[in-house]
Amino acid sequence: MNIVELQIQANEIRQSIIDMLYHAKSGHTAGALGMADIMTYLYFKEMKINPKKPKISTRDLFFLSNGHTAPILYATLAHRGFFPIDELKTLRKLHSRLQGHPSVASHNSHDSLPGVENSGGPLGQGVSQAVGCAAELKRSNSKRKVFCFVGDGELQEGVCWESFMFAHKEQTDNFVVIVDKNDIQIDGNPKDVLAFDNLHNKFTSFGFKVVDFDGNNMNQIHHVFEEIKKLSGKPICLLAKTTPGKGVSFIEGDYHWHGKAPNEQERKLALDELESQRILLEGKSEVKEK
Amino acid sequence: MMKKVSAVTKEKNDTKSKSKRVIRRISTSYITTLDQKKQGAIRAGFGKALVEATKKDNNIRVLSADLTDSLKLTEFKNTYPKKFYQMGICEQHMMSAAAGMAHIGKIPFVCSYAVFSPGRNWDQLRVSVCYSNHNVKIIGGHAGLTTGPDGATHQALEDIAITRVLPNLTVVVPCDEEESRKATMAIAQKEGPCYLRLSREKSLNITNKKSSFKLGEANVLDEGLDVTIISCGIMLQFALKAREQLKKEGISAAVINMHTIKPLDVKTLLKYAKKTNAIVSCEEHQKIGGLGSAISEVLSQQYPTPLEIIGVENSFGESGLGYELLEAYKLGEKDIINAVKKVLKRKNK
Repeated sequence: MNIVELQIQANEIRQSIIDMLYHAKSGHTAGALGMADIMTYLYFKEMKINPKKPKISTRDLFFLSNGHTAPILYATLAHRGFFPIDELKTLRKLHSRLQGHPSVASHNSHDSLPGVENSGGPLGQGVSQAVGCAAELKRSNSKRKVFCFVGDGELQEGVCWESFMFAHKEQTDNFVVIVDKNDIQIDGNPKDVLAFDNLHNKFTSFGFKVVDFDGNNMNQIHHVFEEIKKLSGKPICLLAKTTPGKGVSFIEGDYHWHGKAPNEQERKLALDELESQRILLEGKSEVKEK
Repeated sequence: MMKKVSAVTKEKNDTKSKSKRVIRRISTSYITTLDQKKQGAIRAGFGKALVEATKKDNNIRVLSADLTDSLKLTEFKNTYPKKFYQMGICEQHMMSAAAGMAHIGKIPFVCSYAVFSPGRNWDQLRVSVCYSNHNVKIIGGHAGLTTGPDGATHQALEDIAITRVLPNLTVVVPCDEEESRKATMAIAQKEGPCYLRLSREKSLNITNKKSSFKLGEANVLDEGLDVTIISCGIMLQFALKAREQLKKEGISAAVINMHTIKPLDVKTLLKYAKKTNAIVSCEEHQKIGGLGSAISEVLSQQYPTPLEIIGVENSFGESGLGYELLEAYKLGEKDIINAVKKVLKRKNK
């Protein structure tokens, strides 16, 4: 996929997010929309995965630590072919495989969803699981890579820093943590909730190679993932500046949309706006092809 | 044991502390019930078994939160350095990291003291391990009052309650060194999350190499007609001693080793409830939420039977010698005997 195709794919994933959250009537909209570009890049360009064989033992792994952004994971997996897109409408419904927060195991009440690598929700747990997995793969000289999305507010959980110390100690250069720096959490801006600045230096001092970039710019995303392939010896931290609600103007940057779903009218407005962006991208794509 | 007590007695006499009463109690009572020659360390059985189990399954990994020697992990560490992870004092991370390793087919043993793991990292145990149904083994060392001098902060009296409430989790409490070895081998082979509760103090060797051990299957150690004493872990030795004393008084007590708290062996429990119509449970744990509670949940719903629960009565522990504390908190041999007499009165009403 080229850059424009990836942008179109991200747009379609965003439309699915709006739609599924409308049907669910509750859930986290803003963060999911903001992460769509990087998630699209991971699943359609970067990671070695096979939707037909979701558990194949050679696959790269993705752990979603900020589990409340489940809609972005589900929409990405569905568009990538792990399960039917239509199933997205069952989000948060009784007996659905699309639980409010992801579940890696099957239970009496519902099955697990193909492609989900960790149960997540209580913050800080996904990143620890990802690091544990990466350390074991590193020790066994595996070529498999481990990616993990973590929210910026989530980094207030002390256990995140326990796991970063361990990643450094085990020299897990197969581990890439992506911080969704969207500057929102439930009670407002992370800066105001808790003294929370200079993540770049914090991660550097914890032994990471740190890269800052615009997490909603597909060209930059592509460049960053190509660059980090040349690195070795250290775990990698990608500080992705994203706009919460990216793509839908009335959601963008508004922390009230952290844990809220669109109603019918908001859904229509959002889908119209996203669709007009998609048409523009299609136009670009055609120009390119000519 | 004698040596340890005399040293402490000397020290306490030197400081003329107010604990003379306690010292008197030590010298008269529990020493006679324990034969030092026949004691073993529950922790040691675990440590040896880890090495043994890894010979059979090279997927085993051991994670230690800065307690390697205390939990008898040194031999494993030296034998399998690449399978051993020093995690530092990071119990929360250790639990979830283990889940990440289990996700790619490893069998991690998460090792710390029970107050920290599953105490401090219960949320990680709940979601990363149990909800995810990952094949992680949690080893809670230094459980119970017999942790001793370190005091209440380090004496886990709640760990059975907070583990047995979790879906998917198997909960095991071995009674001696040999059973600890067998239990370790058994949980290594069982697919799914397991919690193994270990004590710090040495205990009487009750089982031997030939004794059977199956997860979820209680062992009947002695038959009896009047009452059934059900115990687990380090308390089992006192249940057996109490039985001997009761026998002299003409009371016939069955003794059951309920080493697996979850899943509870309901079949054996009901069989003996019907046979003796009186039960005494004893454990080194809060009365609330432990073995006694598990038994009570079954009996009250399926076959109401007079039950006396021996355990810690809604309080924290304190510093002291391990076995001295058991007596001070009414978990001794004579307390079991009294409970038996009480339950027999209720039965005969």
